[in-house]
Amino acid sequence: MQARVRALETILTEKGYVDPAALDLIIDAYETKIGPRNGARVVAKAWTDPEFKKRLLANATEAVGSLGYVSRVGDHLVAVENTPRRHNMVVCTLCSCYPWEVLGLPPVWYKSAPYRSRAVKDPRGVLADFGVTLPPETEIRVWDSTAETRYIVLPMRPAGTEGWSEERLAALVTRDSMIGTGFPKQPGDLIS
Amino acid sequence: MNGVHDMGGMDGFGRVEPEPNEPTFHAEWEARVMALMRAMGAAGAWNIDMSRASRENLRPDVYLSSSYYRKWELGMEDMLIERGLVTREELAAGRALVPGKPLPRKLTPETIDRVLTRGSFSRPAPRPARFAIGDRVRAKNIHPPTHTRLPRYVRGHAGIVELIHGCHVFPDSAALGQGDNPQWLYTVRFDAADLWGEGADPTVKISIDAFEPYLEPA
Repeated sequence: MQARVRALETILTEKGYVDPAALDLIIDAYETKIGPRNGARVVAKAWTDPEFKKRLLANATEAVGSLGYVSRVGDHLVAVENTPRRHNMVVCTLCSCYPWEVLGLPPVWYKSAPYRSRAVKDPRGVLADFGVTLPPETEIRVWDSTAETRYIVLPMRPAGTEGWSEERLAALVTRDSMIGTGFPKQPGDLIS
Repeated sequence: MNGVHDMGGMDGFGRVEPEPNEPTFHAEWEARVMALMRAMGAAGAWNIDMSRASRENLRPDVYLSSSYYRKWELGMEDMLIERGLVTREELAAGRALVPGKPLPRKLTPETIDRVLTRGSFSRPAPRPARFAIGDRVRAKNIHPPTHTRLPRYVRGHAGIVELIHGCHVFPDSAALGQGDNPQWLYTVRFDAADLWGEGADPTVKISIDAFEPYLEPA
């Protein structure tokens, strides 16, 4: 594929459609700037600031945009909150829709047939593939991203983190916990 | 279209296999394909619904056996040829043989914000919403042969309107180059038992985001 793609880029450049310097910048942005650390800061802010959390759950696009330190967010972001009674999980059964601005590019498993096919029919089985077990009575809500709305899960704040700064809390927030296929790290998991 | 891309509820694909410390890209060409697709989209060569349709139109055996970015690359080649932006001879030769066609824009280093921030798909409402939050609705039993965002696994089943997102570009029209044709967009929640029948996990609820033309009162 390397040769085929190089040829394609050559053709599109020679025909004046693309500028390779712009391509380099797009790739650099996804490799170095736009990733799950952005989402983790949003989650940590929601854990420490009840007013922000309220705004996030009411209109995530606006709330995340107001932070400034996260890259600007496109429209239609929806934050869904995990509680002791309810666990949320996000999928795109039709393709690979994913909140790029707050989580970066989706991992291969998110775009794979096993996840896309089973998340809506057997979410507990999928969670087991991630080593995640929920109490049998916990409600599981699966959000299939079939339009241009994008979903981010607000996981539950781990116990034993009272008084922690946003920055310390953000280090506990994993990408998978914001997709709903994992939990945040526990305070003891952090290597100090 | 009823393609293999519409995977919700299919069996037999096996376990989900998370990759520890997964890199952003697994090869340099993947990154170039991603960037080329974004740049050509920003240039106005196609919209996001057309690019999704190009992958759905890949042969089912090719779709299932190709990696994610290979599907992007194959779909992009098809779109370029269909639009006369590139010829088969050029793809074979690996270089331009005739001058390019005009495109609405060109993505430059100064304008890459265009692709790093998603645009808005909201549009002014041409009419009031037909459904309200809490309404019971049924996903129509429809099988358009062209691009649609109504997954097969909900068709014919009833659910509850949970959110209203305003009016959005209608993918079924936009994919065909027929304009935005804005439609009301709803989050509709289904019980697992309604979708998967007896024995389904009673604690599971599934929602899709459904455009108004996909729904009827239930």
